[in-house]
Amino acid sequence: MKTFLSFFMGLILPLAVHGQEAPDALVKTVTLEVVDLIAKDKDIKAGNRAKLISLIDAKVLPHFNFQAMTQLAMGQSWNKAQPEQKKRLVEEFKTLLMRTYASSLASFGSQKFDFRPLRMKPTDTDVTVQVRVLQPGAQPVVVEYDMQKTPRGWKCYDVRVAGISLVVNYRTEFANLVREGGIDGLIAALSKKNKSMDAPKAGAAK
Amino acid sequence: MSELRTFFCRRIAMLAVVVAMLGGCASTGEERDPRDPYEGFNRGVYRFNDEFDSWVATPVAKVYKKVLHQEIRSRVGNFFANVQDLFIGVNNLLQGKPADAVNDWARFAFNSTFGLLGIHDVASEWGLEKHNEDFGQTFGRWGAGTGPYLVLPIFGSSNLRDGVGLAADMYADPLSEVRPIDLRNSAIATRAVQARADLLGASRVLGEAALDRYVFQRDAYLQRRRSLVYDGRPPREKFE
Repeated sequence: MKTFLSFFMGLILPLAVHGQEAPDALVKTVTLEVVDLIAKDKDIKAGNRAKLISLIDAKVLPHFNFQAMTQLAMGQSWNKAQPEQKKRLVEEFKTLLMRTYASSLASFGSQKFDFRPLRMKPTDTDVTVQVRVLQPGAQPVVVEYDMQKTPRGWKCYDVRVAGISLVVNYRTEFANLVREGGIDGLIAALSKKNKSMDAPKAGAAK
Repeated sequence: MSELRTFFCRRIAMLAVVVAMLGGCASTGEERDPRDPYEGFNRGVYRFNDEFDSWVATPVAKVYKKVLHQEIRSRVGNFFANVQDLFIGVNNLLQGKPADAVNDWARFAFNSTFGLLGIHDVASEWGLEKHNEDFGQTFGRWGAGTGPYLVLPIFGSSNLRDGVGLAADMYADPLSEVRPIDLRNSAIATRAVQARADLLGASRVLGEAALDRYVFQRDAYLQRRRSLVYDGRPPREKFE
């Protein structure tokens, strides 16, 4: 269950577009960069969420393919959505993932990373990059990034933390909501969730 | 000790009430998830656990976290983790992985001595990695299916296979051999509080991530257990 924390930490990735940097190198650069930026930032350490979110927006977001993630999480319902609905779904899902990510990052201690070198052929377009997060007294947590080659660099379309796939984990929830209230029902549920997280909370959690 | 027993009795009584109330709503039509045929019932136990958690477990864990410095909590966590390595080794052996079993017992030997009764995880620093094994995983390795998903009172997410595994884990638990009984109970209670305290951050994240926490937690549990049975290398599932 400790996995839930690491779950979202798994979203660490990013960096500004460095052309076609190898996927494993990309994961390493971005992870270290983001961890370093957070460690150095006094405001973020003091609990400034807005600043943390903007850091994630700038550094992490560009390396994810949120449309692919939304599509995979929706399965067959994706094809039933209108273009306008698709746009909103991707937008809301992106917000949900990034907010959650921000709050899980905020509760991190010091971790050691073990970046596993990737054995890939030059022709590969779909790879899985592994990072192990080492912590004393517990089994290392394996974080895996499923990445696809695109004209704009390698983009991540799923993250598995300790064997739990982010995309797969939303599938049942999405399917249930679509069955109950259609595509619009799902959009409404996501947007309500995001709004509730914006609301100021009583008692700032550490 | 007697408090603990009263506490348990009360929990069981409360549970009986919940179960009785559930009788009626256990069979809401709806399209059921084939992995979770008792969803109505499970959701009832889930609600009960949630109440127990927010009124008892979380407050206690928060006090524990406040009173004990992070450094000390980490020593306490290491101590209990070290005790577990014994049966992690047994399970690795049962799963036909003798090298892993030797690793686990070596961890136990080093940590119990150089690590001062396990409070320092020196073995990890020396490259002997900790494993995660239990009887549920062993049964899975032997080919047992998961059976239906179950939410157990207090223990939470499980399934038929892992529930039986849990009973075996508890039977084999070295802490259960500790005497006098008072000491045993204190040790087990401390371990439970420590475990809950470790999860405070995680449960907040869960609350923020999930649209329906029951479903989110269930699916995460099923994915996680599948991955553990295959030691982190499960055959890849196909997306349609």
